[in-house]
Amino acid sequence: MPKQQTIDALDAAFSDLGVSEFRGQLRVVVPRGLIHEVLGTLKEQLGFDMLADVTCVDYLDYRDAKDRFGLVYVLANTETNERIVVRTFVNDPEPTVPSVVDLWEGANWPEREVWDLFGIRFEGHPDLRRIVLPEGFAAHPLRKDYPLQGRGERHNLPVVTRSEH
Amino acid sequence: MAVELPENVLLTKLNELVSWCRKNSLWPMPYATACCGIELMATGASRHDLARFGAEVFRYSPRQCDLMIVAGRVAMKMMPVLQRLWLQMHEPKWCIAMGACASTGGLFDTYGVVQGIDRFLPVDMYVPGCPPRPEQLIQALIDLQEKIQREGTITGREFDDPEHQKPKRALRETANAE
Repeated sequence: MPKQQTIDALDAAFSDLGVSEFRGQLRVVVPRGLIHEVLGTLKEQLGFDMLADVTCVDYLDYRDAKDRFGLVYVLANTETNERIVVRTFVNDPEPTVPSVVDLWEGANWPEREVWDLFGIRFEGHPDLRRIVLPEGFAAHPLRKDYPLQGRGERHNLPVVTRSEH
Repeated sequence: MAVELPENVLLTKLNELVSWCRKNSLWPMPYATACCGIELMATGASRHDLARFGAEVFRYSPRQCDLMIVAGRVAMKMMPVLQRLWLQMHEPKWCIAMGACASTGGLFDTYGVVQGIDRFLPVDMYVPGCPPRPEQLIQALIDLQEKIQREGTITGREFDDPEHQKPKRALRETANAE
């Protein structure tokens, strides 16, 4: 359960952040330029010391969508058991976001996964490369304009037959 | 791989004897990737005992195995690794594609899953099912044993047969349609 003091502290530190709550889940929408600062405040001053996940949503054909990619950071406070979801939105030509690896080391692989599957670059990431797909894969498959069956990459591997002749 | 020898009765009987020995001591390499791996473990456990049929030890080193049982879906990132394991196995070797995912890609018609390992590896026996019952896997092993007994030679000449090298019927039909 998010505590009221967290909401008050956030409102005090940053103005008009779009804090909302729905059925016990606290959600903060942050403009892209402030994301690193807000996450840093949440970690250092409000005690959210665990980054549970970094993921992304593609709103390509979604009704009422203003931006294409919505990044999701799920933070948890291990002492008070609070969870908070921080959202930020980025757009298509070269979507980039500052990396939070300097705040939480555990963000390394989730950010690599978001790069691999969505194509969002993280500035300041020490090792941004593909993690779940092979290195030669040329696309970002979880985008909505990529077909489910792929574009033939899965058929394009060397064939081993029985004879070595 | 194939040694040139004249064909005579002694050699036929020798082929049969060697095939009998090979079929009754197929040591599987359990390439258990996913859910079919659990059924493979169940088949090797005490109720449906695969060791009764000679598949006594599941060797995890490909250098010590005859039979590769590919149990589970194979991602395209893993396929070159699977091919390397196959190449490390000694001749004569056979392959069973266990389950729908290894045979055809199964449920996962997606960008990352290989649609059937027979596109990239030679497969001898397919077991349908998701996952196949242990009895089905045992039946596949018995059918493979019959195949080995029927076709086996001491020198491994059956693997040079062009019939074994031809791509599978479904792949040929799609190639002709394009």
